[in-house]
Amino acid sequence: MRARSRFLPGGWLSVYAFLYIVFLYLPVIFLPIFSINTSPTPKFPLTGYTLQWYEDLPHTPALLDAAWNSLIVGISASVLSTVLGILAARSITRYRYPGRRAINGLIMAPLVLPEVIVAISMLLVMLQLGLSLSLFTVVLGHVLVCIPYSMTVLTSGFEGFDRSLEEASADLGESAFGTFRRVTLPMVAPAIISSLLVCFTISLDEFIIAFFLTGTEATLPIYIWGQLRFASKLPGVLALGTLLLVASFLLMTVAEILRRRAARRTQNEGGLYA
Amino acid sequence: MTAAAEGSAPLRMTRARRNALLQSEPVQGFALISPTFLYALVLLVLPILVVIAHSFWTQHYLTIDRTFTLENYRIALTEPIYRDLLWRSLYISLTVSLFTVILAYPIAYFISFHGGRHKSLWLFLITIPFWTSYLLRVMSWKVILGYNGVLNSGLMGLGIIDEPSTALLYNSSAVIITLTHAWAAFAILPIFVSLEKVDRTLVEAATDLGDGPLRSFLRVTLPLSAPGIISAALIVMIPTVGDYVTPKLVGGKDGVMIANAIQAQFGKAANWPLGAALSVTTMLIVSLMAGATVLIIRTLQRMAR
Repeated sequence: MRARSRFLPGGWLSVYAFLYIVFLYLPVIFLPIFSINTSPTPKFPLTGYTLQWYEDLPHTPALLDAAWNSLIVGISASVLSTVLGILAARSITRYRYPGRRAINGLIMAPLVLPEVIVAISMLLVMLQLGLSLSLFTVVLGHVLVCIPYSMTVLTSGFEGFDRSLEEASADLGESAFGTFRRVTLPMVAPAIISSLLVCFTISLDEFIIAFFLTGTEATLPIYIWGQLRFASKLPGVLALGTLLLVASFLLMTVAEILRRRAARRTQNEGGLYA
Repeated sequence: MTAAAEGSAPLRMTRARRNALLQSEPVQGFALISPTFLYALVLLVLPILVVIAHSFWTQHYLTIDRTFTLENYRIALTEPIYRDLLWRSLYISLTVSLFTVILAYPIAYFISFHGGRHKSLWLFLITIPFWTSYLLRVMSWKVILGYNGVLNSGLMGLGIIDEPSTALLYNSSAVIITLTHAWAAFAILPIFVSLEKVDRTLVEAATDLGDGPLRSFLRVTLPLSAPGIISAALIVMIPTVGDYVTPKLVGGKDGVMIANAIQAQFGKAANWPLGAALSVTTMLIVSLMAGATVLIIRTLQRMAR
């Protein structure tokens, strides 16, 4: 009865939803499929199964350098943006002050601006300041685009956080730092780890800003970009791409599980909704 | 700083008064957010101001002449090549945002109204491809649409076509398809959020008062979800206008967009001021287009009621 009173019955919509999921996933699935195909060109019919393209990967020094660079950039960017994200998310969820919404809007702005424009603006300033382009400038850029995501994850973890728990801890004689370490941190830890993982994934996959702001050192997406010019290198790129896809998928799944746990924890134990 | 003040607040009057100021919500909140705020000021606002300043200057080989000029804007707006690229970029981003919103709406509706207990699982399933590398997603479309690609070889294998079609890759349709796919998940979230806020009793009231399912959808649910449609459209339109990777990989000659021209000014062509003027022009025009979209959707929303 209630279902019929709504426009668009659920049956047809679930067929559409299924097709939509296929549309979302299908293109991405071709990368792993052709990465284990013997033919060097990605076309049907498949010619045979091989792991050759994967075995070649560790024997490519340029690729190993790029992977190492990506790791360094990813860890630095995720730690820095999560620290800045914690400060901002805590301030936004706990305090009320004039200009709060405007500041929040500014911090979230990189999310909706064209990346090329963000990248070239930073490039201009860095060149004007006489900073030489390096992995460091890439980290600076990645932090800017990671903060909005970090904020989103952390605010959902911090919201509903019950301040009376901290006050109780202070009243019972715990120092400010002790309260933070023994009351605040355990409650928000899942959200913080989730933010670290999300930011690391974004930095690992980010291309445009790294492309403009790096000097001679390549990150993994820049390495892939360089290889795309050579048709013969495609199978290796597909194999590497598959590994990156799997890594992003795993990292984001863990991040999502932790984020939900954080949201549940503050809501249930915070007493606001319990 | 503020945390240390907390313990000693009640000790003495003068300190207490100073601490009261330090402990006041606005000061504490602002102090806490200031590092992040400063970061955004220095790495986002300052750079954009520098770009705007550059757009009024002139490049002389390796030096920049800082006398004010509008010459770059004249070039950006009247030179046929830049005008065409700008129009094409606007056309592509408008088409892509229209497609993504239309495709995303039923999904958001399905999750919100029929998702039941699995709402968050559905949202997760739909957003996860979005978290994989953008570059790789564009690359997979190159693999699909290419001359020797999945689609051509598949269609030939099925006997539908005799020779590979060149119509699939390296044109603006390939760019539109790829971008629509890449941004699909991003449009769902804002629409879903606004649908969640739609008061279900209003829909039932409309039905009780004799509106059919279609009528109550068009007059209640759809207008009430307009804010979500607006944010979904903007969240796709503004970034896609400046997309660089997709036109470069699948666009070919006919799919080049303004971002490729901007990049060229900062790379090979080495004309920063012109690149800056192209960036500013793009942002201004896409903002106007975004504003117009908001106005149109709001007007439609009012008419529907």
